[in-house]
Amino acid sequence: MKFSVHVEVRGLPGIADPEGRTIERALPALGFSGVSSVRVGKVIAFDLEATDEGAARAAAEEMCARLLSNPVIQRAEVSIHSS
Amino acid sequence: MSARVAVVYFPGSNCEHDVAAAVKSLGAEAEIVWHTRSELDGFNAVIIPGGFAHGDHIRPGAIAQFSPVMGPIATAAAEGYPVLGICNGFQVLVETGLLPGALMRNDGLRFLCEMVTCEVVSTSSVLTSGSTPGEKLALPINHYEGNYTCDQETLAQLVKNGQVVLRYCDNPNGSTGSVAGVRNLAGNVVGLMPHPERAMEALLGSRDGRGLLAAFVGAATQLAPARFEAA
Repeated sequence: MKFSVHVEVRGLPGIADPEGRTIERALPALGFSGVSSVRVGKVIAFDLEATDEGAARAAAEEMCARLLSNPVIQRAEVSIHSS
Repeated sequence: MSARVAVVYFPGSNCEHDVAAAVKSLGAEAEIVWHTRSELDGFNAVIIPGGFAHGDHIRPGAIAQFSPVMGPIATAAAEGYPVLGICNGFQVLVETGLLPGALMRNDGLRFLCEMVTCEVVSTSSVLTSGSTPGEKLALPINHYEGNYTCDQETLAQLVKNGQVVLRYCDNPNGSTGSVAGVRNLAGNVVGLMPHPERAMEALLGSRDGRGLLAAFVGAATQLAPARFEAA
């Protein structure tokens, strides 16, 4: 079966996010006030051939642990849809 | 024994010739070796130079950790041989897990290319064994992702174990604890963001890198050149 996999990589809570902080400082200059807690992440999407959803999830989670994210500073959330 | 240093380069590395020239100027032999090598033979030290290994795709060092040459490098590290990662090489070593922490984008999102002052913290490493604690060194930095990051618990452990080898005097990039360089527990694996190989001559602005690389080369001469393969 073919699954479409959507991985969202975000910084761990408490880890500094220089990009988020820069955006947060820039927005008031454009007149947007009241913005706080900006966090910047990354989305990685791909199709994956697997026997079932459980196998697809297990494979995607291992990809996250070994390559797609750095567990020292990031966490990855995997969502899977049959395509 | 003479020092035989493997200078490993990846697609996108760009400091390998500077590093080789620097260690040769200290009397060591240096050979530039390609990342697809699955063995390193006849070496007693390894340096991973700066640059953009594999284009820094995903994250700096993220793909380099799977290059075949990382197998023999991990073996050399485990056997106590001196292993040094400079700038992108440091990023490769943290991604590989040979050193703790991670390197994120600089605070303020600025690429930094300037001379900075660093302070030697721990001298129990192959890079700093010839220095004195508190010694100030002028070294150039040249990076976008040199913001050393770890949680406070890890930082406390690093400080307690003397694993912080260099610290910025005026933190340029937001690094946790102003960390500029760290070592593993044994002290034979060291990574740092500044470039000692670019601080070898007064003509180039500083010669404070000489003492660091001389200590590294000196540590290599204590061990017989060997053959390393993936474990």
